[in-house]
Amino acid sequence: MSTTTNYYVPDQSPWPFATAACLFVTAWGAASTIQQHSGVVSNDGTLGTYILIAGLVGILSCMFLWFRDTVRESIGGLNSHQMDISYRMGMAWFIFSEVMFFCAFFFALFYTRWFAVPWLGGEGAKGIAQEILWPNFQAMWPLVSMPDGRTVQAMQPWGLPAINTALLLTSGIFLTIAHHAIKTMNRPKILLNLGITILLGSIFMCVQAYEYYHAYHEMGLTLNAGIYGSTFFMLTGFHGLHVTIGTIILMVLWLRVAKGHFTADNHFAFEAGAWYWHFVDVVWIFLFIVVYWL
Amino acid sequence: MRLNQMSLLVKNDFIARLFKHRVKYRISWFHSKAIIYLGLFSTLFFVFADAMPAFAETASNLDMRPGVTETSNEVYHLHRMMFWWCVGIGAVVFGAILYSVVAHRKRPDRTAADFHENTFVEIIWTVIPFLILIVMAIPATKTLISMHDTSESELTIKITGYQWKWHYEYLEYQDKSPLKIAFFSNLATPEDQINNPVRTAGLFPSNSNGFEGDRTLKEKNNNYLLEVDAPVIIPTGKKVRFLLTSNDVIHSWWVPDFGFKKDAIPGFINEVWTNVPVGKEGTYRGQCAELCGARHGFMPIEVKAVTEEEFSQWLADSSEAQTKEAEQAAGDADKVFTMEELMALGETEYQAKCAACHQANGQGLPPTFPSLVGSKIATGPVADHINIVNHGKGVMPAFKDQLPAKVRAAIITYERNAWGNNVGDMVQPKDVTALENK
Amino acid sequence: MSDHAIDHHHHHAATGIKRWLLTTNHKEIGSMYLWFSFTMFLVGGFMAMMIRAELMFPGLQLIDPNFFNQMTTTHGLIMVFGAVMPAFVGLANWMIPLMIGAPDMALPRLNNWSFWILPFAFSILIISIIGSFLGLGDAPNFGWTFYAPLSTTYGPPSTDFFIFSVHLMGISSIMGAVNVIVTILNLRAPGMTMMKMPLFCWTWLITAFLLIAVMPVLAGVVTMMLTDRHFGTSFFDAAGGGDPVLFQHIFWFFGHPEVYIMILPAFGIVSSIIPTFARKPLFGYASMVYATASIAFLSFVVWSHHMFTVGLPLVGNLFFMYMTMLIAVPTGVKVFNWVATMWRGSITFEVPMLFSIAFVILFTIGGLSGLMLAITPADQQYHDTYFVVAHFHYVLVTGAIFSIMAGAYYWLPKWTGHMFHEGLAKAHFWCSLISVNLLFFPMHFVGLAGMPRRIPDYSLQFADFNFWISIGGFAFGLSQLIFLVVVIKCIRGGQKATAEVWEGAQGLEWTVPSPAPLHTFSTPPVIR
Ligand code: HEA
Ligand code: HEA
Ligand code: CUA
Ligand SMILES: [Cu+2]
Repeated sequence: MSTTTNYYVPDQSPWPFATAACLFVTAWGAASTIQQHSGVVSNDGTLGTYILIAGLVGILSCMFLWFRDTVRESIGGLNSHQMDISYRMGMAWFIFSEVMFFCAFFFALFYTRWFAVPWLGGEGAKGIAQEILWPNFQAMWPLVSMPDGRTVQAMQPWGLPAINTALLLTSGIFLTIAHHAIKTMNRPKILLNLGITILLGSIFMCVQAYEYYHAYHEMGLTLNAGIYGSTFFMLTGFHGLHVTIGTIILMVLWLRVAKGHFTADNHFAFEAGAWYWHFVDVVWIFLFIVVYWL
Repeated sequence: MRLNQMSLLVKNDFIARLFKHRVKYRISWFHSKAIIYLGLFSTLFFVFADAMPAFAETASNLDMRPGVTETSNEVYHLHRMMFWWCVGIGAVVFGAILYSVVAHRKRPDRTAADFHENTFVEIIWTVIPFLILIVMAIPATKTLISMHDTSESELTIKITGYQWKWHYEYLEYQDKSPLKIAFFSNLATPEDQINNPVRTAGLFPSNSNGFEGDRTLKEKNNNYLLEVDAPVIIPTGKKVRFLLTSNDVIHSWWVPDFGFKKDAIPGFINEVWTNVPVGKEGTYRGQCAELCGARHGFMPIEVKAVTEEEFSQWLADSSEAQTKEAEQAAGDADKVFTMEELMALGETEYQAKCAACHQANGQGLPPTFPSLVGSKIATGPVADHINIVNHGKGVMPAFKDQLPAKVRAAIITYERNAWGNNVGDMVQPKDVTALENK
Repeated sequence: MSDHAIDHHHHHAATGIKRWLLTTNHKEIGSMYLWFSFTMFLVGGFMAMMIRAELMFPGLQLIDPNFFNQMTTTHGLIMVFGAVMPAFVGLANWMIPLMIGAPDMALPRLNNWSFWILPFAFSILIISIIGSFLGLGDAPNFGWTFYAPLSTTYGPPSTDFFIFSVHLMGISSIMGAVNVIVTILNLRAPGMTMMKMPLFCWTWLITAFLLIAVMPVLAGVVTMMLTDRHFGTSFFDAAGGGDPVLFQHIFWFFGHPEVYIMILPAFGIVSSIIPTFARKPLFGYASMVYATASIAFLSFVVWSHHMFTVGLPLVGNLFFMYMTMLIAVPTGVKVFNWVATMWRGSITFEVPMLFSIAFVILFTIGGLSGLMLAITPADQQYHDTYFVVAHFHYVLVTGAIFSIMAGAYYWLPKWTGHMFHEGLAKAHFWCSLISVNLLFFPMHFVGLAGMPRRIPDYSLQFADFNFWISIGGFAFGLSQLIFLVVVIKCIRGGQKATAEVWEGAQGLEWTVPSPAPLHTFSTPPVIR
């Protein structure tokens, strides 16, 4: 609860509106791009992609300018302790919303795995579906041969995925070391450990990319590969996206540490980034267990 | 403010009189009695409006119909139980509101009390509703369990939803299986009844476009939108099991008189059952109850319940008929027809199967239902025309498995030569079969 | 140099249109939300009028079936996401900082962002509708619940644009909700303990939690739609091991909490208004808070009551029936508390109070029909009929919308500094009250008699009721124009409002002058 007597209310800012506008452009571009490439509509096949790119570039630049303002305010000492708490709470709740986004996809995984597929395979309350509609389908998980007869190979947990797990976990440890270091403002130590974290994150992404390549070219495991492929790629894919974002955040933080933006008691941005990274970590562990392993 | 109190007084002058003289502002025995009194009074409209159907024994157009099966009756009584509980609760709650609105208005001679909690009453009005809920839940659970039990049925019918018609396939009857009976069931109401609304009955006889002449064709009858070309036939006194699925989107098979609706989901099977008691032979109508696209409102259901004997008779006849048809179709497959034959058959079949969307005059309802008059398909290369009829596209269904080759050939020929499309070419059954598997 | 940058911010604030584009002020943003929501209400209402006009008589007179479906769909979407939700966010923006003694929302720039996403998101939807008017291709036509596969394999091209606009709405709501939570948890004035907050803040706190919990799930499910449509995934396709019903599970996991998102703030508004005009403190404040919390909790475990006919296994149907029924208990507590608040008060009937009393009664009717729907076997008959339509319009129109009207009349003097024209406002109330019941009450009857929803034409036994329903619809629609007049008159001028405005009004918002100055509580007040 408030104790300070005034709370900094930033003045008018052009960035939120600009960002909203760019979001609109991005959405529009994305939709038309997709339609062109899947030939849903026969509109001339060029514009969409450009609109999309324009939108994305726009968003990035707006974010940069927006954050620059906040950084200046923080360095300019306008952020009271109370403001700092606001930012922390905001970040925490934002991460919670991210968690819920992943929940939707995990729900899809569990539902199809425990209900839909068994039913189609003749088990459980609605098993009659098999007798009438899919006479030669067998329920199984991972679903390597589908009701309509397509087949794929399943991803093995103890190869690259295990390595990736190790990578992310250790990266988390180094990040924590860096975090402790920032409390004593031991800059070289921060930069070193943060750097290692970024490195590990990047390696993770490379391994992931290789795994995808392998899946597509050797295993026939693609987005088209039924519900197993769908859940596999959507979950790991969105996780990968978050790792990428997380890595970028950490890089920015690295630069800001180098530029000496943070002090031992004013480094919200760093903690936010750290939280985000740990969230990505936790999601992965859960994902490793239910998507690859079990 | 005055105006408003007036209106309240007018509404409840009886209450007003009740309180004119001796209003005490402590909850006395008199008041608690008055509350119950007022409660009932205040919900007169509520009760009146809904209670009428309560006494209507047969199909009412105010209330749920009791229906003909045991299930539908149980459901009906659940509904009535719930309804009366709600009226009761409403009476108490609204009564209390009305009472304080009238009795606790701002008056010069009194000030507001300022109590703002009372653990005892709060517990009371948490516990009592809970108990009421339990009372409601018990019979509901019983009914639900019996609805889910599809065991020892004697007839099994597979129902498949199509955009926008139902397909019925008789799988097994008692020991006999497989039965060779399957057919589509389309809306039978003619298009111009739908598009030129004419009503002589009802509150507002309407004659929208100054329509004169043959009313019998265009005037809506009581089965308007509820009549099909081929009803599904079931025997009375037998437990019939329906296996529901769909060929495209989700539909929902609903006959109110049977007391249930069940979704038809592509790729899955839903089981339901009904048992029309002996003596309740007759026609029972229903509609698709899940939004399934443009003509969701136009895929009715018509069930004809007949005696066991009639049913067995019908089974025998129609399976015979169907075998004949099959042979017939096989025979037609490579027969060559004349333009006249094709156009004649084509016209009738077009009106029955295609006019719903593309309209009798071929103009369609753009953008959803394209016009066929001078269109790329209908006047362009014949192969494209055949393909789209065979395999469908978007909203257009695939007719490959729905219509015999002869009929498809006739329709295509008709479309290419009607409404001034005069392409002049003729399509034979073998042409359409040739393109069936692309 | 950084200080320079900030100074630069502080001086010459933009004016004119730019002022509204760039503002970070909670009052200005609140007003924008409210105007946006009212505009959407008119747009969505216009679609409702199309629906009612077509349904006035049996037979197809005005619009073709496919366009009718587009009207139904966009009506639902626009009313839910464009009219009701932004209205509540607008009220939150305006009132929460005033109620807890905060200088503004906790994250002002984010606040501006949340708002400005909305017009863009809805312009996508509205462009597709205009496109449909112009015959360029269908707008979304699969119902506001956009069930797969009707919305995936069979959806019109505009579906992809619809999907992205839903993403945008999601971002907007989530950011708005984050802002509300942080403001309430972190910006309360000294002495303003949680249990001293006006109930409106409490209900919004819990609503915001619901929003953050379920909007991402909606984003997830539309994303699955997108990949099913274009990237070959088979979430909703049995041929690949998916299930169309999976869509419904995820959608309703969002959808049911969503409907409480549309009613909890309403509870809050009514809970502030009734005590004022009953001149008596709110009865059972604490139990109100706990009831709200338990409603929110239960709302996560009842979603399948929208799916009683999809063929869930018996246990599923039973579980969701019981859970759904349970919600009646905390909601009942609220209703009873409102009654007890009026009980032995000293009641006057200014317009906000009229709307609030109507709310309590009519919402209860809607709630009770909801309870009937919760009875699974009975729902086999009710489902997808106009009985359901009647239910949710009672809770949404005479519930949510009436509470918004009540709130608007209650706080208008504080916003504008003028009293509104009471005669007109009362006319608005009585016209709305009568017409809305003519509009929605008979829907119970046609529904029970067996009229399905989402149909452009119906068989004859439903004819006459539908005529009256349409009349009620037009009347209710026109009545809303009175509201517009009242608001504009009130902004233009009228009798000066005092700071307290209403005799017997309690709370911080009534300690600041009317109209509330642009910046309030820059230094927080101390609550004894
Ligand atoms: C503001 C929005 C709102 C609210 C508050 C509610 C509240 C409730 N709703 Fe409703 N509902 C909708 C919006 C809402 N609903 C919408 C939009 C749909 C349709 C979606 C679609 O398909 O398009 C819908 C559909 C819907 C269905 C699905 C119907 C179907 O499609 O077949 C069901 C079924 O259980 C249901 C139940 C309930 C229940 C039990 C409540 C309860 O919360 C009500 C609780 C309140 C009371 C019970 C009254 C007050 C209580 C007392 C006076 C105490 C005493 C009472 C007892 C002891 C019983 N609702
Ligand atoms: C908060 C949400 C909300 C609100 C406020 C409303 C308000 C109204 N709704 Fe609706 N409605 C829904 C949410 C809402 N609705 C939802 C979720 C559905 C389900 C959709 C689906 O099935 O997918 C639905 C569906 C629905 C149907 C069923 C359609 C179908 O199944 O095919 C109908 C039919 O009558 C209807 C009518 C109305 C009417 C007459 C109003 C009126 O209250 C509107 C009054 C307002 C105005 C009219 C605007 C103001 C006035 C003007 C613009 C001036 C012009 C006026 C005239 C020319 C008279 N609504
Ligand atoms: Cu089939 Cu609706
Ligand atoms: Cu619900």
